[in-house]
Amino acid sequence: MIRIDSVTKRYPDGTVAVDRLSLEIPDRSITVLVGPSGCGKTTTLRMINRMIEPSEGTITLDGVDIGKQPVNSLRRSMGYVIQNAGLFQHRTIVDNIATVPRLLGWSKDRSRARARELMERVGLDASLAKRYPYQLSGGQQQRVGVARALAADPPVLLMDEPFSAVDPIVRKGLQEELLRIQEELGKTIVFVTHDIDEAIRLGTMVAVLRTGGRLAQFAPPAELLSSPADTFVEDFLGTDRGIRRLSFFTSETLELTKSPIVSVDSSAEEIASRATPEAPYLLVTGLDGKPLGWSDPGDLAAGEIAADRLLPYGRPFEYGKDSLRAALDCAVLSPTGWAVAVDGTGRVAGVVSQQTIGEAIRSAHASGQRDEKVAG
Amino acid sequence: MNLLNFVNAFFSDSSHWHGYDGIPTRAWEHVQYSLMALAVAAAIGLPVGLLTGHTGRGGNVLAFVATAARALPSFGLLVLMFVLLGLGLLPVMIPLVVLAVPPILVTTYEAVRSVDPSPVDAARGMGMSEPRILFQVEVPVALPLILSGLRSAAIQIVSTATIAAYVSLGGLGRYIVDGLYQRNYEKVVGGATLVAVLALATLTLFWAVSRAAVSPGVRRST
Repeated sequence: MIRIDSVTKRYPDGTVAVDRLSLEIPDRSITVLVGPSGCGKTTTLRMINRMIEPSEGTITLDGVDIGKQPVNSLRRSMGYVIQNAGLFQHRTIVDNIATVPRLLGWSKDRSRARARELMERVGLDASLAKRYPYQLSGGQQQRVGVARALAADPPVLLMDEPFSAVDPIVRKGLQEELLRIQEELGKTIVFVTHDIDEAIRLGTMVAVLRTGGRLAQFAPPAELLSSPADTFVEDFLGTDRGIRRLSFFTSETLELTKSPIVSVDSSAEEIASRATPEAPYLLVTGLDGKPLGWSDPGDLAAGEIAADRLLPYGRPFEYGKDSLRAALDCAVLSPTGWAVAVDGTGRVAGVVSQQTIGEAIRSAHASGQRDEKVAG
Repeated sequence: MNLLNFVNAFFSDSSHWHGYDGIPTRAWEHVQYSLMALAVAAAIGLPVGLLTGHTGRGGNVLAFVATAARALPSFGLLVLMFVLLGLGLLPVMIPLVVLAVPPILVTTYEAVRSVDPSPVDAARGMGMSEPRILFQVEVPVALPLILSGLRSAAIQIVSTATIAAYVSLGGLGRYIVDGLYQRNYEKVVGGATLVAVLALATLTLFWAVSRAAVSPGVRRST
């Protein structure tokens, strides 16, 4: 465990970057330091590998004061990823990744073999091994940066705004990749970002820092969203924190109904029997069980169902896997106000109304139920 | 007689190709003076440039020293050194080194200082020692610029080493000085042509070194 104990960083000109900060960073999880610029988040991170020395206070790693350890061996035991990847442009990708193993005295062959293994782990094609950094896209370079940090299998990974220089779509991919790698490797990751969405998506624990380097709140993301400590944290979280919090509730609690669902080959009587005052529209599914679209039962009663005359069903959510936030989004986007739930194969599992989702949200909040984080 | 005739007459005279005043001997003397001066200048300019570039300190002092050194005329310095030290190699080496140190020093400093700070930060954060950061991260990236500093120093030395002949040393300057004294313009033009050829050869050599020593990753991205 990394323990930051009332650490202060004061510069000779009197600026206080970090002010009596205390944090206990749990092992094998992602702790995110987030806050506006000037909140000391990067300074805090850089004090952990002694790129910056604290003015007061101590930082311990597994009970040992890091200030008393030889600085270069300390740094070699911590992976370090920075914003623009910071790759060595004169070295090939495989040699970039092999840097720390080589520093630790591994043979060239062993280091390169390890580097190739890591390229695969971070989702880089083996054909890139002999390329130079300038031949890679920003996202690929950042993957190399992560692979390089992991090369010597350090227990700790320090990441300083690693994904903020890439475009949103690439960033989302990198975030998912990081979560997947973390699931496999279980590192102790300290992650700095100014993006609260990134913090909530990635963090097991999130430390919100305020300008002047003071800790505003240290909590799991769901707790941060449900009970921000003060107005600063509340403002920093933004206006839609209630909606975002729904990401932490599973859609499994929703009660689906199957009655307003008809197959494309249904008879007129079957269609007539399905319409109810509660569910004025019917969802038509194909012969493969996948959704085709919504329709007024009156239009269907004629017999032949014309697929091109159906109303769009929006984007369905995967029942049990997606969150309540995704379900609500589906219902809001659907022209009928009903969300379509599908199973893993894309076949319709049932439909659910906005009203039912609303009830599920109320009961989820009431019970304070917090599920494992699911993709929202 | 035009210039080409001079050149032709000089090079086709077989007596110019052997003996202590033959072209091979004089050219070899010239190369020796130049290499010696370049080696001394590099031994001074490179370490100081690398160190100040890496630490980022001392840039102002460096710029002052370099400008002052550049302001000194080589020929004047040669005469001064001759008066102070008499005949010999040293009074020739001093002006050549003074001439060559500023381009090496200033370009090396600028080259190292202008290396992208993020790989350096990453290297430090990965636990690389400072000498390793300098030689394994900064120098490979700064190499094209460092070589260009050495190259311009080398070319200036090659063309200025002709002054050695004024203090009765050899080198290609011999032809120019003697030719002027003897009013043998064929010799003057021939000597000058040889100096120009040697300068071009130096340029080619540096191009080849740069091809071989600079990583393709650096070459292509700058």
